[in-house]
Amino acid sequence: MEFDVKARDFSSAGESSSAFRKTLLMLSVPSDIVRRASIAAYEAEMNIVIHSYGGKMHFEIYSDKIVIIAEDTGPGIKDLELAMTEGYSTAPKEVIEMGFGAGMGLPNMKRNADVMDIVNHDENGTKIVMTINI
Amino acid sequence: MKVKDILNSEFTLVAGSGGIEKEISNVYVCDLLSFVMSHVKSGSAWITIQTHVNVVAVALMTEISCIIICEGEKLDENAKVKADEENIPVISFSGTSYDAAIRLSELIK
Repeated sequence: MEFDVKARDFSSAGESSSAFRKTLLMLSVPSDIVRRASIAAYEAEMNIVIHSYGGKMHFEIYSDKIVIIAEDTGPGIKDLELAMTEGYSTAPKEVIEMGFGAGMGLPNMKRNADVMDIVNHDENGTKIVMTINI
Repeated sequence: MKVKDILNSEFTLVAGSGGIEKEISNVYVCDLLSFVMSHVKSGSAWITIQTHVNVVAVALMTEISCIIICEGEKLDENAKVKADEENIPVISFSGTSYDAAIRLSELIK
């Protein structure tokens, strides 16, 4: 499954994660796995909406694992270590007023995935691959 | 306790009536969405003043039983549509988050 995610489109943000979640439920994936995968996917999708120029969410579901790939074009992550610190945020003010940008996105993704690789995070964009074992 | 059991003249349902049979096993108060995603337990009643559509998405992803919007804030129209679609009950409360938590604590006793 692959979905386009538009930058700053808050009204349809979360649609790809919702569709992904519905598919996991249809496939009778255990509920704790569905919850972790949904949270990881939604955080990644919101990161694309908030921080990038647009991107894609790509989902692969196997019998033993789920792979979530979030890829965007954008400024990348300037300081990965800081970005992984809970509470550190580079989100703009209007996004923070919506309740996003608490600096929990990447740490939340890492907490919910069994493996999280930030494949690249340069000025051409960011690609994050998360695996959740079933 | 089910969502429908907390509905009264103070806690009024504004969307997501299809989900009122959901069980409430906890209460969580927070307006920072990522914080909610990180800390809320599934089955919680979530007290917030946020009213936009992403609140419904967060509730859906984290398996929250209902959203309680405080201070009489009005739910956005597209959030209402989404809550109805996804059967996420959204309840309006005119008082503060603190008052909502106290009232819920009395109801859940």
